[in-house]
Amino acid sequence: MSMHSLILRTAGHFLLPLLLLFSVFLLLRGHDEPGGGFIGGLVAAAAIVLYLFSMDIRSARKVLRVDPRDLLGAGMVLAVVSALPAAFLGQAFFTAQWWEFTVPVFGEIKLSTVLIFDIGVYLVVIGSVLTIMLNLAEAED
Amino acid sequence: MNMSVALPVIIPLLAGALSVMFWRSHFAQRALGVLGTGAMLATSVWLLLETWEHGHIVMEMGTWPAPFGIVLVSDMLAAIMVVLTGIIGFATAVYSLSGIGKMSEKFGYYPLLHLLLAGVNGAMLTGDIFNLYVWFEVMLVASFALLILGGERAQMEGAIKYVTLNLLSSMIFLTAIGLTYGLTGTLNMADIGDKLSTVEDTGLITVIAMLYLVAFGVKAAAFPFFFWLPASYHTPKVAVSALFAGLLTKVGVYALFRVFTLIFNQDVDYTHEILLWVAAATMLTGVLGAAAHYEFRRILSFHIISQIGYMIMGLALYTPLALVGGVFYIMHHIIVKANLFLISGITFVMKGTHELKYMGGIYRTNPMLGVLFLIPALSLAGLPPLSGFFAKFIIIRAGIEAEAYWVVAVALVVGLLTLYSMIKIWAEVFWKAQPEGVEDEIRDVSSGPMIWMWVPVIMLALMTVAIGLYGEPIYQMAAMSAEQLLDPSQYIEAVLGEARQ
Repeated sequence: MSMHSLILRTAGHFLLPLLLLFSVFLLLRGHDEPGGGFIGGLVAAAAIVLYLFSMDIRSARKVLRVDPRDLLGAGMVLAVVSALPAAFLGQAFFTAQWWEFTVPVFGEIKLSTVLIFDIGVYLVVIGSVLTIMLNLAEAED
Repeated sequence: MNMSVALPVIIPLLAGALSVMFWRSHFAQRALGVLGTGAMLATSVWLLLETWEHGHIVMEMGTWPAPFGIVLVSDMLAAIMVVLTGIIGFATAVYSLSGIGKMSEKFGYYPLLHLLLAGVNGAMLTGDIFNLYVWFEVMLVASFALLILGGERAQMEGAIKYVTLNLLSSMIFLTAIGLTYGLTGTLNMADIGDKLSTVEDTGLITVIAMLYLVAFGVKAAAFPFFFWLPASYHTPKVAVSALFAGLLTKVGVYALFRVFTLIFNQDVDYTHEILLWVAAATMLTGVLGAAAHYEFRRILSFHIISQIGYMIMGLALYTPLALVGGVFYIMHHIIVKANLFLISGITFVMKGTHELKYMGGIYRTNPMLGVLFLIPALSLAGLPPLSGFFAKFIIIRAGIEAEAYWVVAVALVVGLLTLYSMIKIWAEVFWKAQPEGVEDEIRDVSSGPMIWMWVPVIMLALMTVAIGLYGEPIYQMAAMSAEQLLDPSQYIEAVLGEARQ
């Protein structure tokens, strides 16, 4: 599977952290502007897939650290759980809850169940894309 | 805020997500399977009681008001269907404890089971036509994956037919939704029903109605769109077949009941006349197909089709009694049909085949199973005092009252042929001696790890008897749902009550 290309391998090493950072940026930006969990998850998955192409499966699994199926499960649980807080407050399921904090240096920070849902989507997308890609790569070997 | 309407959707989603998270542990997945479906059953019964008391339960998801946001609506029909989903889901989960095998569990059987149940419940409860489409797709994805668990050649072949035809139906459904939106400017079903009653151009409405009829007709396996069903239902694991047989096609029937009472009630003479022809043809083709086959699950698959015809007949006649009959028939059919498939799984473990000619002698070695088979089988054929008798009786009586004698005649003949098919299975599988030359590989299924297969079979058989002997409350529920279906203004008022003032 490995392409044995020095250029790709070197570039892969540099691009991986950059792409992952960019995916988080997309995830957090997504509430009001283009971005969000789905596109962020795709970018993150693409980063790992690029690494897989430039190296091999073992190092791709190693750099991921967890099994992609765990990411899938955790993401699904987060997405469903984000629907629940509203119910405890006597509102309909999925009603967005907002919490605002003032943190020194950063200023005002808004957190919400919408963000939890988006993080869930982010993880589900990474998990499902990588489950498919890694299995395909292994089947080819 | 009444939570009961959302829980039957949320619980399987959560149980499914958790069982993906614990994918390494067979024990955790099984426990989640039984507990999750059990909790879903409990909340669905709660929903039924609440709906019985209040008539309609409505929840605006995310507090986005109707008709702009997505609403979950429970009326009597939806609540009954959700309870039936709970019963079949729970029965399948228990059956799977000994009936599904480690390999399927490894490939995600339990998460898919929960996802499928969430899709079914979502489709029953949603009050938004586009959301209904989304739940159909959720069901399609989950059922496709369940269908190919095991990866045998026959399964792939069945799955391809299944997916192709269902995708085609989804496309037609989507087209119909687009046209509906263009005509009314809304996707909320109550709002569509409200707005269409003021539209003058009933010709265009009828065209759209026919698109919905085709889309849901494919899902429900009605004539002439039924051929994907017998091509695929006999291929997967028995627990999966039972789940599909009990629930999937009935979601299509439910959708027909919903749109052809709430939305398309302008030109009943025309649209419901077509439904009546579809119903008669569905009954007849299904039962004739069953008569021609000699494979246990294929026979049962064809009988699903013919039974769908009775339900659509209830809708097509469009009188109060006929709708009662249709709803009663759905209740009876889901329980009986799933049970027959589950029993075919037990005989498969005993004999290692589904082919009738290689089976035999089960009544001698295991009379208990024979009795358990006869209860749903005779109920399906409509013998008193079992549940199927009353279901058929109500529908046929409604047909006579509506003076649709020819369709009544078809229904009676089909009932007789159903009895023939059931007797055929009985004689071949249970009564005749073990065929010579075929190795007698009877395995002990009444103890040990196979014991969990018996629990849901007995449970469902008892329900069949109970519906027959003590049918009054069931009839009352069906009567209330029929009354709501014939007066869509109640539904519209419940969903849009505040928005319209």
